[in-house]
Formats: sequence, structure tokens, C-alpha cells
Amino acid sequence: MEFQFDLNTIWFILIGILLTGYAILDGFDLGVGALHLLVKDDTDRRIMINSIGPVWDGNEVWLVTGGGALFAAFPHVYATVFSGFYIALMLLLFGLIFRAIAIEFRSKQPMKWWRQMWDVAFSVSSILIALLMGVALGNIITGIPIDAEKEFAGIFFTLINPYTVLVGITTVALFMMHGSIYVVMKTEGELHNKIRSWVNNTIIFFVICYVTTTMYTLIYYPHMVQHFKEAPWLFIIAVLNMFAIANIPREIFHGRDFRAFLSSCASIVALLALFAVGLFPNIVLSNPNPEYSLTIYNAASSQKTLNIMLIVAIIGVPFVLAYTISIYWIFRGKVKLDKMSY
Amino acid sequence: MDVEILSRVQFAFTIAFHYIYPPLSIGLGVLLVIMEGMYLKTGNKLYEQMTKFWVKIFALTFAMGVASGIVMEFEFGTNWATYSRFVGDVFGSALAAEGIFAFFLESGFLAVLVFGWNKVSPKMHFFSTIMVSFGSMLSAVWIVVANSWQQTPAGYHIVGEGINARAEITDFWEMVFNPSSMERLSHVLSGAWLAGAFMVLSVSAYYLLKKKHIEFAKSSFKIALGLALFASLFQLFTGHRSAVGISETQPAKLAAFEAHYDSFAVGDIYLFGWVNDDKQEVKLGFKIPGMLSYLIYGDSKKPVTGLNAFKPEDRPPVNIVFQSYHLMVAVGFALIALSLIGIFMLWRGKLFEMRWLLWIFVFSVLGPQLANQLGWISAEVGRQPWIVYNLLRTSEALSKVVTANQVMFSLILFMLVYALLFVLFIYLLNEKIKHGPEEADKIPSEYEHQKAALERN
Ligand code: HDD
Ligand code: HEM
Ligand code: HEM
Repeated sequence: MEFQFDLNTIWFILIGILLTGYAILDGFDLGVGALHLLVKDDTDRRIMINSIGPVWDGNEVWLVTGGGALFAAFPHVYATVFSGFYIALMLLLFGLIFRAIAIEFRSKQPMKWWRQMWDVAFSVSSILIALLMGVALGNIITGIPIDAEKEFAGIFFTLINPYTVLVGITTVALFMMHGSIYVVMKTEGELHNKIRSWVNNTIIFFVICYVTTTMYTLIYYPHMVQHFKEAPWLFIIAVLNMFAIANIPREIFHGRDFRAFLSSCASIVALLALFAVGLFPNIVLSNPNPEYSLTIYNAASSQKTLNIMLIVAIIGVPFVLAYTISIYWIFRGKVKLDKMSY
Repeated sequence: MDVEILSRVQFAFTIAFHYIYPPLSIGLGVLLVIMEGMYLKTGNKLYEQMTKFWVKIFALTFAMGVASGIVMEFEFGTNWATYSRFVGDVFGSALAAEGIFAFFLESGFLAVLVFGWNKVSPKMHFFSTIMVSFGSMLSAVWIVVANSWQQTPAGYHIVGEGINARAEITDFWEMVFNPSSMERLSHVLSGAWLAGAFMVLSVSAYYLLKKKHIEFAKSSFKIALGLALFASLFQLFTGHRSAVGISETQPAKLAAFEAHYDSFAVGDIYLFGWVNDDKQEVKLGFKIPGMLSYLIYGDSKKPVTGLNAFKPEDRPPVNIVFQSYHLMVAVGFALIALSLIGIFMLWRGKLFEMRWLLWIFVFSVLGPQLANQLGWISAEVGRQPWIVYNLLRTSEALSKVVTANQVMFSLILFMLVYALLFVLFIYLLNEKIKHGPEEADKIPSEYEHQKAALERN
């Protein structure tokens, strides 16, 4: 395959960036959700929620915008995947609905049952969202049945097999690791120490999942490493990924929580980059008929639209970065509860 | 039931649920800007109390809007895949622009608005409030532009044939400023202002009746009444502009609004009535002869295109559209009347003693909500059988691989979950209203210190 740097490629990269932004940002707040029930005390739970309080909605907007950009740039992917994964998508939506509502409602009433109910909703929906996204990612790696009309030709259970579930669990593990580091960074006192002692466990859990997934991929889905054989310099990404992961326990050990968090972000970036390189120039592989795969060419909008969208992105993205950075700056430091908190 | 009906019901149900909340956020957003602006200007704690109280209600409706909005974003792909392939080139850009320009702005500054009282200076906080309000209106801009393109497509050409046909952009600005977008946008925004204004009027009237938080309630009431009067009159104006617009762009819809069948007859306007589509007549109706012709052409003798000019399979269901449209207009006039009476009595200094009038205001919150829903029903059902006007039929726009059982499953879940959420929303809203604003002297004073410090410099 020849590499051409054109609008279609730019949009493949831009959507990759949006989804990576989503994984880094919503990743930690899904992770906080996944860990939520392990914290027992009511005030501590409030601190957990308020650690993501001002930012979770903004983080989710990365997903919303990624979805919109996919619709605009690669409408066939949007249509095929969303209608093909109908039931999975609906479950994802219910997860997103309950999560948003649980965060907003939980601390509005003092009753024990009320809080317990929303705590469970918050945690279960966070895990479900991460799991479903991982399963979706797994399916993109294995490929899904697509017919000549670009329509999905399987059923719900086509999507669930040991490999895709494994990728799902790996995603949950990744976000738990990422989330635990974030909470360590945002808390102080007893809660801080407790969660700090969990970080290594979450790292071990993630590394086990990750190694298993990698082996599995290398054995059964060698197409994902094709490009790496052709262009060995790409192995740098894999090496950086390993360094980033290995660096996390070191930074935690030295009490440099923020750097540990950056390392964890870097490992997410590297992971998704590996995935994108493996996939390019396909977006959704068709399995068993690879000729029906949706690629950045046959699934794209017109050049005119890609161009207009690029202008929109060039104008919009600096603003987005500016808001994101200022919000994280304004709300930097350890969480303190006050009257307006959740 | 088949996939088409189920998908249509699901779309209508989920968007109608979503559309309970955004108008409240947009309307309350404008009022928050006014309230906080007054606070910065006068330094009167009453306005701070007011801003903080309404921010809490705002945050609640906002969360519901977000939770239900994500559903809408994905539903085009899940249930209307063929439509998504057809319009993606055009429609997708508007949706993506909404994310980049509006949602990031809104969600970012919302954090400062709700949680940032003690973290930023009062001026910066006020700026954030303005940005949230501006952002919520921007999201309306993009989504209404997208929807208006479906109603009156422009700036595109069709590429490919049969199942591969799709619309591609030829001119972005022509797409954005398609023939109906400005009229509809102004109508939608001012409908949202009404929703916010009457929400505040209703809660304030309730406090006045219960003799609680009197000062707070009186000032809130006056601010909201001003907005209500302006927006209700503007609503009539923009609604009229829309009607004139669709007489050119979607004549079948306009004809259905007034159950006008005969293209060689002048158009009448009904105040009310019941349409018998088979006999092509309106029963139990009361009409103003020639009024439709007059409103559209300024000439009560000029004929208006009727439904008979269209093949039966190209006509919308007449009675539903007729009823929803007439109810919307009736509510519109009622809101104008109520705002005028309110202003008049306020001027006479009697308003706050007139308990019956205050009771009407308590229930008036339902008016804009009802009219907003009815307006969308008129516009969307009136567009049928087209999903993209004159280009793509609703029946051809479905996802090919989704089965009726799947949609039935999701529809039932949506109904259960949304019913639960709605009950909880009302419950929490009620709790907040019963709890009322914090007493002015109990509001944490850090903000005050900051303000004082700022003034000293
Ligand atoms: C940008 C697109 C868009 C926007 C902003 C809206 N709609 Fe819509 N609506 C559609 C795009 C659409 C659609 C995808 O085009 C549907 C689905 C099936 C159809 O015929 O049109 C539709 C159908 C549809 C129907 C069913 C009509 C029928 O099947 O007979 C109703 C009642 C509404 N909508 C109501 C609303 C409400 C209350 C809205 C307020 C926010 C709204 N729509 C905004
Ligand atoms: C089918 C059409 C629609 C789609 C796809 C859609 C999509 C969305 C999404 C994804 C969100 C959540 C954003 C976030 O996470 O912050 C949202 C919220 C919002 N939407 Fe919609 N929406 C639609 C219709 C509308 C309409 C017609 C309006 C206004 C006229 C509107 C105004 C808003 C506003 C103001 C918000 C912010 C939350 C709130 O204020 O309640 N939306 N919408
Ligand atoms: C006062 C008299 C009113 C008139 C003459 C009027 C007229 C119209 C017309 C002609 C349409 C159809 C536009 C189209 O399909 O392109 C419409 C739609 C709509 N109306 Fe009204 N309206 C009035 C009052 C109201 C009020 C009071 C509200 C809400 C508070 C409202 C909310 C809406 C909404 C949300 C829509 C759908 C969006 C749109 O198509 O613009 N209307 N109205």
C-alpha cells in the first residue's frame, strides 16, 4: 500500500485525535466511576465524584464531537457501525444516560438508599461504558461481516467472542489504572493514601490484560502488525508505550503523582496510535470479505466537505484547547467540598 | 408494527423528551446573564441570591439535556442509516460544528458558572455566565440549521443514483442560510426564552402566593415579565415570517396547517375546527374568510395553493398538523395576553395582590412547553412523507439491518427510563423550589470579599 497524505488521511488522523482526547479525558472519569464503590465512606464518595465534577461533561463532549465528525467525514462508517451494533449502541446510550444523571442526582438528597442507588448506577454505568467501547474496538480489530451494500451482515452475538471481550476488559483495566492515578492526584489525607495503595494493583491488572491481548492479537490477527513489518521504525511507538507504562509505578513511588498521570496519558496515546497504524487505511475491516472493508476512501464524504470541515476544525480546535486547559487550570489542586459541590 | 413506525415513534419520543430541557436552559441562561449583570452593577445581594438559586435549577435542567441529547446524536446512525448515508456530506458538518463550537463552550464555562464562585474573579464569573448562555444558543443555531436544511434543502447537488444517491455540498453558506433557517432559528430561540421566562414567573408567583421570599420573588418576577413580553410578541412576528416562508418553500405544509384543499380558492384562517380529510372539509370550525391570503400576499382575494395540487401520497396527515398548529398559535396569543395583563397590572401597582392572576402565572409554565412541542409536531409531521423535503422519503431512510424487535426493545426501554427520569426531575425540581433561595445573609461571603477587593483596586 502506498501512503498518500491527502484530506482523507488528515481526517483519519483528526478523528483519531478526537477519540484519543476522549480516551484520555473521559478515560479517567470512567475509571473513577469504576473504582467508586470500593470507597465506602459517604464523604469520600462525594470527593470522588467532585474530583471529576467540573470536567466530566466537557470530557464527554469529545465523544459527542468525535461522533459528529465521524458522521460528517465518514458517513458510511457512522451508518454501518451504528446500525449494525444497534443493541450494543443502545446499551451504551443507557450507560451514558444513567451516568450523567447519577452524578447530578446523587448528592441532592440525604437518604441512604437514594445515595446508594445512584452510587451503584454511577459505577455500573461507568464500567459498562468502558467495556462496550473496548468490545467495539475489539470488533474493529477482528473485522465484522459487511456486505457489498456496505451493510453489516451479522447479528448481535457476532460481536461477542473471547477476543472482543478480552479487549473490553483490557479497556476497563486501563481506565481503572488511569482513574486511580487521577484520584491520587486530586485528593489528600486518608483517602489519598488508601487509593495510592491501590495504584500498583490496577497497574498489574492492566499489564496482565494488555500482555494477553497483545499475544492473542499477534497470533490470531497478524494483519494488525503488517505495517510494522513494512516500516520497522513504527516499533518506536510500541517501545514508547512500554516505557510509559513502566514509568508509572516509578513516579508513584517517588510521590510525583502528576508525572505518573502524564505517563498514563502517554501510554493511552501510544496504545491508540498502535491501533490506528495497524488499521490504516481501513476504518472498519470486513471479515470474511476484505474487499468490502470500509476505508478512508470508499466511506468518506466529498472532498469539498472534508475541506470545509478542516476549516471548521482549524478555527474550532484552538478554542477547544483553550477552554480545556483553562478549566483544568482553574480547578487545579486538591478537591474541597463546598455548598455548590455535587 | 413495522420498523418504520417504531423508528418514527422512537425518534419523536426521544427528541420530544430532549426538547423539554434545552429551551429551559436557553431561556434561563438569558435571565442569569441579566441577574448577575444587575448584581455586578448594583452590588445588591438580592441579585446574588437570585443568580445562585437559578444556577442550581439551570444545572439540573442542563444535566437532563445532556443525558437525553447524546441519544439524539447517535440515533441518526442507529435508526436512520440510509438517511445518514444520504445526508452525511451536508448534515454531518452542521452536527460536528455544533460539537466544536457550541458544546465545548457550554460545558467548559458551565463548570465555572456552577463550581467556580470562589475560584475566579466576579468579572470572570460573569463572563462565564455570558459564555454559557451564548453557547446554549449556538447549539440551537447549528441543530436548527441542520433541521432547516432537511425542510428546505439548498446549496447541494445529488450524486449517484438509486440506492447510491446522496447529497453533496456545493456551497456551505447557501446550506447554512437555506431559505428557512433564519426564520425558524429566531422562532425557536424566542420560544426558548419564553420557556425560561415563564419558568421564573411561575416559581416567583408561587412564592408570592405562599408569602415566602417576597423581595426575591418580586424582583425575579419583574425581570422575567420583561423578557416574556418581548419574546411573546417576537414569537408572533417570527411565526408569521415562517408561515409566509413555507407558503413558498413547503406549500403542502401550509395547506395542511389550514386544511386548505382547493388551489383556486382564497385561503381562509380557522380559529379552530376538526378536519375530515376524506370529505375535505372542516367541521365545527370558525373561520375568517380570506385571512390566509391576506396574511401571505397582503391581498385577501388571491388564491393559495391547496392540498389537491399534490398527489395523495405526497400529502402530510392533515388533522394532526392542523390541530397542533392551531393549538400552538392559540397558546402564543394567550401568552401575549398574559404578559400584557401582567405588565398593565404591575404598572397599576396591583399585580402582587391579585391572587387569581398569580395562580394563572403559576400554571403558565406549561404554556411555552406545550407550544414548543406542538410547534415541532407541526413542522415535522407537516414535512411528511418526506424526511428530506422532495428528495428522500421517510420510508426509504431507515436502517436496513435493524429489525422491528430491536427497535421495540429500545423503544420500551426509553419509555421506562425516561418516565423514571422525568418523575425524578420533577421531584428534585420541586424540592429545590420548596427549599427556596438561601437567605441573603447566609450566602458564603468569599465572593463578597473578592468583589470588595476588586473595587478597592
Ligand atoms: C436536525 C434534525 C432534527 C431536529 C433538530 C429535530 N428533528 Fe424532528 N425529526 C428529524 C430530525 C430533526 C428526522 C430525523 O428527520 C425525523 C425522523 C423521522 C422523520 O420523518 O423525521 C424527525 C421526526 C420527528 C417527529 C415525527 C414525525 C413523524 O414521524 O411523523 C416528531 C414529532 C419530531 N421529529 C419532533 C421534533 C421535536 C420536538 C424537535 C425539537 C427539538 C425536533 N423534532 C427536532
Ligand atoms: C436531533 C437533534 C438534536 C441532537 C442530535 C442534539 C444533540 C445534543 C447532545 C449530544 C447534547 C449533549 C451535549 C453535551 O454533552 O454537553 C445536547 C445538549 C443540548 N442541546 Fe441538543 N440535540 C438536538 C436537538 C436540539 C435542539 C432542537 C435544541 C435547541 C433548540 C438543542 C439544544 C441543546 C442544548 C442547549 C443543550 C445543552 C444541554 C441543555 O441545555 O439542556 N438540541 N444536544
Ligand atoms: C403566536 C403565534 C405563532 C405563530 C403564527 C407561529 C407559527 C409557526 C409556524 C408557521 C411554524 C412552522 C415553521 C416551519 O415548519 O418551517 C412554527 C413552528 C414552531 N413554533 Fe410557532 N408560532 C406561534 C407561536 C409559537 C409559540 C408561542 C411557541 C413556543 C413557545 C412556538 C414554537 C414553535 C416551535 C418550537 C416550532 C418548530 C420549529 C420551527 O419550525 O420553527 N410557536 N410556528
